[in-house]
Amino acid sequence: MGLFDRIKRAFGGSEKETEVTQSEQKYDQGLAKSRKTFGERLNALFANFRSVDEDFFDDLEETLIGADVGFDMAVEITDELREEVKLQNVKEPTEVAQTIVQKLVDRYEQDGSNEQNAIRFASEGPTVILFVGVNGAGKTTTIGKLAHQYRQAGHKVLLAAADTFRAAATEQLQVWGERADAPVVAGKPQGDPAAVVYDAVERAKAENYDILLVDTAGRLQNKVNLMNELDKIKRVITRSIPHAPQEVLLVLDSTTGQNALIQAKEFNDTTQVTGIVLTKLDGTAKGGIVLAIRHELHIPVKLVGLGEQIDDLQDFKPNEFVYGLFKDLIKADYQIDVAASDTPDK
Amino acid sequence: MAFEGLTERLQNAMSKLRRKGKISESDLKDVMREIRLALLEADVNFKVVKDFVKTVRERALGSDVLESLTPAQQIVKIVNEELTKLMGEEATPLNKAPKIPTIIMMVGLQGAGKTTTAAKLAKYLKAQEKARPLFIAADVYRPAAIQQLQTVAQQVDTPVFELGTNVDPREIVKQGLAEAAEKKNDYVIIDTAGRLQIDEKLMQELKDIQAIAQPNEILLTVDAMTGQNAVNVAESFNEQLAITGVVLTKLDGDTRGGAALSIRAVTGKPIKFTGQGEKLDALDVFHPDRMANRILGMGDMLTLIEKAQEDYDEKKAAELAEKMQENTFDFNDFIDQLDQVQKMGGIQDILKMMPGMNNVPGLDQIQMGPEEMGHMKAVVYSMTPAERQDPDLLNPSRKRRIAAGSGRPIHEVNRMIKQFMESRKMMSKMSNGNFSGMDQMFGKGMSGRLGKMAMNNMVRKQKKNKRKRMKALRRRK
Repeated sequence: MGLFDRIKRAFGGSEKETEVTQSEQKYDQGLAKSRKTFGERLNALFANFRSVDEDFFDDLEETLIGADVGFDMAVEITDELREEVKLQNVKEPTEVAQTIVQKLVDRYEQDGSNEQNAIRFASEGPTVILFVGVNGAGKTTTIGKLAHQYRQAGHKVLLAAADTFRAAATEQLQVWGERADAPVVAGKPQGDPAAVVYDAVERAKAENYDILLVDTAGRLQNKVNLMNELDKIKRVITRSIPHAPQEVLLVLDSTTGQNALIQAKEFNDTTQVTGIVLTKLDGTAKGGIVLAIRHELHIPVKLVGLGEQIDDLQDFKPNEFVYGLFKDLIKADYQIDVAASDTPDK
Repeated sequence: MAFEGLTERLQNAMSKLRRKGKISESDLKDVMREIRLALLEADVNFKVVKDFVKTVRERALGSDVLESLTPAQQIVKIVNEELTKLMGEEATPLNKAPKIPTIIMMVGLQGAGKTTTAAKLAKYLKAQEKARPLFIAADVYRPAAIQQLQTVAQQVDTPVFELGTNVDPREIVKQGLAEAAEKKNDYVIIDTAGRLQIDEKLMQELKDIQAIAQPNEILLTVDAMTGQNAVNVAESFNEQLAITGVVLTKLDGDTRGGAALSIRAVTGKPIKFTGQGEKLDALDVFHPDRMANRILGMGDMLTLIEKAQEDYDEKKAAELAEKMQENTFDFNDFIDQLDQVQKMGGIQDILKMMPGMNNVPGLDQIQMGPEEMGHMKAVVYSMTPAERQDPDLLNPSRKRRIAAGSGRPIHEVNRMIKQFMESRKMMSKMSNGNFSGMDQMFGKGMSGRLGKMAMNNMVRKQKKNKRKRMKALRRRK
């Protein structure tokens, strides 16, 4: 049974309501705005058009792009629909509605068929997680939140402040270290970040830490020498611990537009990114970006930032997410369906 | 460089048009779609795109683009003009208070670059106006935000007023302003914490700070990589705080930067500065007109197009173009071409205006000063009308006569005839839309589509003048 059917059945009442856990509530809250707007957008679009014509497709394309599902996916889906509508001679926008959601969900499921959304841990020895990303994406904050989670779970966590460039970046991580009760390995400002990382890795090995989180300076992906520096940091880690880093997480600001794709590509070329942390997702009002990331990047989203509090970082649950995103929309669809099937009787 | 993608797409869209002499309404629709997709792909907000395309389409329909001989150029011109209009006409300076201090408040989302920009701004003001700014550290939320400001402040040698993280930002600002008044600082830059535009509590805090400080300038700092969301952020901050300007940061990345267009279009507030790097002097004044040109990626191509288009009577040209079948090229045309080149400011100037031509080595070797042109003209004017129309008539005896008549040595006459033959060959190629000859002559630089477009225009104009002459001739007969 497809994901789409599952979602639909949940609303048809034929499937038991899943237990609402605390984390789901968090998702619900964090995404309340996302979902509302995504659903509202599509519903508004369907309400606006009485017939399926060129203008409808233009508007659909814009609605999808506006909902951040990504430029490529929006154009692809619209083009596909255009063909189908032509073949089946559809005239009512409401008939198209269901298909659109189905297409989005199918694609989402298909693109993510082999995705590993959990963080990988080393079978023995310290697990090293390297954080990379552009300036201001939220690397340090993510590390702080994650360190707190792992400490709560009883792991021994070490932090490496390898952002020696930005003013007070080390202090920022140290504050998080205190909050999470995790020691921080730091170097001199403007010093060699690879040296800091080397010290941290050695200390993690010597003192038997379970997890080492490495913070790096933000860098724009088109700065060649900064990207080389990142490559060096990774080599230093691998030299000390052969299978490390277990994870290279690209931290992406979810308000970023099409440039996110270039970021993923460039960082992937340099450091072989294994997962994505999507930050500031509570502010985007859309959340469609997750669909775009799956479709165009094929790098699994592993963590999402849903707020500023220390426990606002969540493991990414792909099905819950898309369920949340389309919840209201499908409900609305369902009502439309009912209304449509009612009319002929009267 | 930012915006490259937009340029490519627009040029592709335009090149489809360029291949046609005339375009139909459905061609125009295709081009509009390309422009629309290009802008959407560049992260320009879809609502902004919609309006923009509509305006361009209306103008294109209204201005006889379809009738004109150079539809692609016309549309490029319209797109550029509208882009410039959208971005604001010219650079907007910082607001200044009538009496010191001028108070600047930095606001924006987390990680947009407020603190870095604040430091760059202080450095800029110190360099430009020998200002004595004071920072107020009002970000009490993010860990080590105050230390960050202190560190960059030290780098630009500017004092920071701070009360730690346990004091309400409103109170910090109040006391900071008192300190500035006492120390007679002429600029005060308030660094606030990053916040989401939907965070009511924190937005209220900003409103309160605004009420306390009465800033002359509220600068919204926006990451140039922001996508569709840029509009929501800008709109919301603008509604709640009435921002006075925008700073676009991280523009040194490879983003297409459509956010710039979106923000400007929804808020109507000027983009005042751009952040172009991590060093503290990497702050540039934003020039909307330059940015629009950069989006189209055509250097001063537009100036060139305009120059070539001067006194271009489109209707007449169209009328003549229909009749224009033959592809002869005689001395009259040659002179006409020289005149055109001279009018446009000499061949070097023209070449320099073409994208990519600046870097062509040996450009300065092309010697064609007004003097040489004068000599060439003298030679042609010493010919009989028959000779001018039929260059094959020229035998050694006639050449000697021409040399004597023009006062130029015979070898110069010979060289000029040779040059003319070359020109003729080239012209016949170009009239057929074949530019391979040009490419050889100018190297890679001419391969730009827009460059060819301009050359095409020149060819057309030359033909038009020829028609005119022939008509006059016929009338005389």
